[in-house]
Amino acid sequence: MRNLLEVKNLCVQGRPPGGEYVPIVKGIDFSIKPGEVLALIGESGSGKSTISLSTMGYARPGCRISKGEVLLNGEDVLLLDKQSRRNLRGEKVAYVAQSAAASFNPSLRINKQVTEAPTLHGIMKEDEAVNHAVELYKSLDLPNPETIGKRYPHQVSGGQLQRLMAAMALSCTPDLLVLDEPTTALDVTTQIEVLKAFKVIISRENTAAIYVSHDLAVVAQVADQIMVLRNGEMVEQGSTEQIINHPRHEYTKTLMSAVRQTPPCDQAHEEDQADADSHLLGVRNLTAAYGPVTILRDVNVVVDKMETIGVIGESGCGKSTMARVISGILPPVVGEIRLDGSVLPGAVKGRSREELKRIQFVFQMADVALNPRQTIGKILGRPLKFYHDMNPAQCKERVGELLELVELPREFAKRFPGELSGGQKQRVNLARALAAEPEVILCDEVTSALDTVVAASVIRLLESLQERLGVSYVFISHDLSTVAAFADRIVVLYAGRVVEQGPTSRVLSPPFHPYTKLLLSSVPELRQGWLEDVAETQEARSGIARDVTLSAVGCPFTDRCPMSIKGVCDTQSAPIRKPVAGHEIACHREIEELITGVNLAEVSASA
Amino acid sequence: MTPDNADASEAIDSPEEQNSNKKRDNLSLTPVAWVSILIIVFWVVVAVFAPVLAPFDKADMVSFESFKVVDEASFLGTDYLGRDVLSRIIYGARMTLGLALIATLISFTTGIVLGFVAAISPGWIDQVLSRTVDAIMAFPSIMLALIIIGGVGTSLPVVILTVALIDATRVFRLSRALALDASVMDYVVVARARGEGVNWIMLHEILPNTITPLAAEFGVRYTFAILFISSLSFLGLGVQPPGADWGVMVKENLQGLLYGAPAALIPAACIGTISVAINLLVDWFLHRSSVMIPEELTG
Repeated sequence: MRNLLEVKNLCVQGRPPGGEYVPIVKGIDFSIKPGEVLALIGESGSGKSTISLSTMGYARPGCRISKGEVLLNGEDVLLLDKQSRRNLRGEKVAYVAQSAAASFNPSLRINKQVTEAPTLHGIMKEDEAVNHAVELYKSLDLPNPETIGKRYPHQVSGGQLQRLMAAMALSCTPDLLVLDEPTTALDVTTQIEVLKAFKVIISRENTAAIYVSHDLAVVAQVADQIMVLRNGEMVEQGSTEQIINHPRHEYTKTLMSAVRQTPPCDQAHEEDQADADSHLLGVRNLTAAYGPVTILRDVNVVVDKMETIGVIGESGCGKSTMARVISGILPPVVGEIRLDGSVLPGAVKGRSREELKRIQFVFQMADVALNPRQTIGKILGRPLKFYHDMNPAQCKERVGELLELVELPREFAKRFPGELSGGQKQRVNLARALAAEPEVILCDEVTSALDTVVAASVIRLLESLQERLGVSYVFISHDLSTVAAFADRIVVLYAGRVVEQGPTSRVLSPPFHPYTKLLLSSVPELRQGWLEDVAETQEARSGIARDVTLSAVGCPFTDRCPMSIKGVCDTQSAPIRKPVAGHEIACHREIEELITGVNLAEVSASA
Repeated sequence: MTPDNADASEAIDSPEEQNSNKKRDNLSLTPVAWVSILIIVFWVVVAVFAPVLAPFDKADMVSFESFKVVDEASFLGTDYLGRDVLSRIIYGARMTLGLALIATLISFTTGIVLGFVAAISPGWIDQVLSRTVDAIMAFPSIMLALIIIGGVGTSLPVVILTVALIDATRVFRLSRALALDASVMDYVVVARARGEGVNWIMLHEILPNTITPLAAEFGVRYTFAILFISSLSFLGLGVQPPGADWGVMVKENLQGLLYGAPAALIPAACIGTISVAINLLVDWFLHRSSVMIPEELTG
């Protein structure tokens, strides 16, 4: 078959503001046939997005395509004039960006935006385009395909918006689809539905696609070919089967090892039956709300010295709220927080500096958590002055030590946050918490914004700091594999309630809460065909593609749960089952049923 | 992190970082900024040394002929009463620049402080402040000024405070909106969680991140203050005759335009130069502070 797209010796240069051009992409060659999916994989800065954009003849501001050919159906895209390039984009080549939320105009209805390209290019009339869009919604498995387009972007969920974004890209039936990290910002359960939709549409329309990602496990599900990139150069290219199973290059192997699989249950961590007062941090019967909306209900969690508690759940389940309540930013409605046995005042204002010092918060996005107008030295120096009353000379010395502690050079004290990379900012963010010399650090999704290799290095840093300084972590993440590799105990939150908690090895082995099981089965595995397998399981069929609903009565997971009991689960609060001491599952089903699973026929009969 | 990996992930940043360091050192004054500073310094010097520089007193009648264009005694001609325009411009610099500057400084200090307090305080304080400001803003500003000055009686402090009060309401609205944006940023939440007081949060977390638009507003407000004081003077409520004020001079000598005399145009041009200079300087400042955050250049 003829190649749809051929890229020959592509070179792109970038220029930092006011500086000289430096090469970002250094001579890349590849080709794609119709119906084929090529994955570009690499860390941030590897040039993968830049390459994908250049297939549309586009270079970001400050960049230029300096050399090479991009042949689409035999025609060099780079030689086209402005008007022909406009005709090409959207019609022949379509782009799906990472964040659908940022790509949709919030004040226009979805249909208007999805049908914009075909009407603008004069391919279809408005009503034809709308009909075509509805067809696409159907094939993308969106709920209410007839009416969803009449809504505004904020009225649909993140996963749905990502699929609507795909519908927008497909509205002109393009020859080539460029997908730039389309599932990175999504929860694992949502990711499955989006991946499934992409696969279906690509095979049905026989569209060629370029899939940009840093996640090998995701890429393994959708790609035919994989190209591994590093610093703008190709490291290795081959079929998905070959790259996944027989990587040749060292760097590919490094990438593979950074994909953390759910580890086998090797930590035999038995819980002592200690009374509540001996724990370092205890959260008791906690209920928290933003105004009239209750986010957390009746949460009980304890943290011991030098222990790492992993808190997982989908977005909106109340993970971050829990950290905010513990730190005193959001005072609880009901319940108490104990530190070393003594009750802490609910609000920051009521707590003494000594108490505040002992619990520190590290925010998810280092970009906004560091004041852009303060130098790193000032950012780190302030807690030293505030909690430890150090003089400027002591501060300066200690700031240097802190920077070394998080493996950054001392000279960074003079820099502003804008001059640091994402991983470096996250280290500064962590160093600020360490400056207080705390006993508990609340880490809110600290690795989510980082790519796999950098995230792995931050986790290693956290581990080594724990050994040296003896701090405890409350590690919040939606990424089960990260938590599983790192935490001593895991707390699974769903719609503001703890559905399961216990030592990592216990939580990750049966008996499971049905929700934990769904989460576990949704983590992509680094093998081909996993997506098809998982889509067939009963957990997936029942649990995916639903939104989290907050409810006051019954078990919140009822309407997604494959083994829920009508009339019981939706009306009564779930009892807490304890398969072993220290392991708690909140479920109406007996432990035996949770181990063996239930006969689905029986469930549907009773329903 | 192995050194190898560290290189890979941060390689793209290094040229950018070096560059932005260079940038910061290179923040020299642009030619435009130089010109603006020269103009401002010129007027400040004129204002300060007015008695030395002026050939005549501001109230001296130097000629029996009004609206004279140029002659050997009065370099810029005479005004409608035969007074020397140059001397009145020189003395007027004191009034015009000084009054407006004091009024603007007062309005910014109070406006920013109250705006920030409203933004980060509990709801009721915000409500009280914001509704009061709304009430003041409901009056047309010139009318409000007339009421206040009419009631209290005219004197320079009263004029300054009235202008400051009216301007402060605008500054309050802007600074409150800016502070609201900044106060939901995580770095402010971090500072709160640390236990910082209101003063620290206002001075060190919010102010540096709102100073850029506030500085732009300062340039505009200062110019408006000059014009506002001029309008009040024209109505007889601002600078009292025979005091010289550029605004007063424009209004007084408008008649002269009919006879081709420049007496009204010269003070107008002076107002123009100072407004342009201040705004260009503010522009330069805006540009300067936006260079500190380099653009993203990663893929």
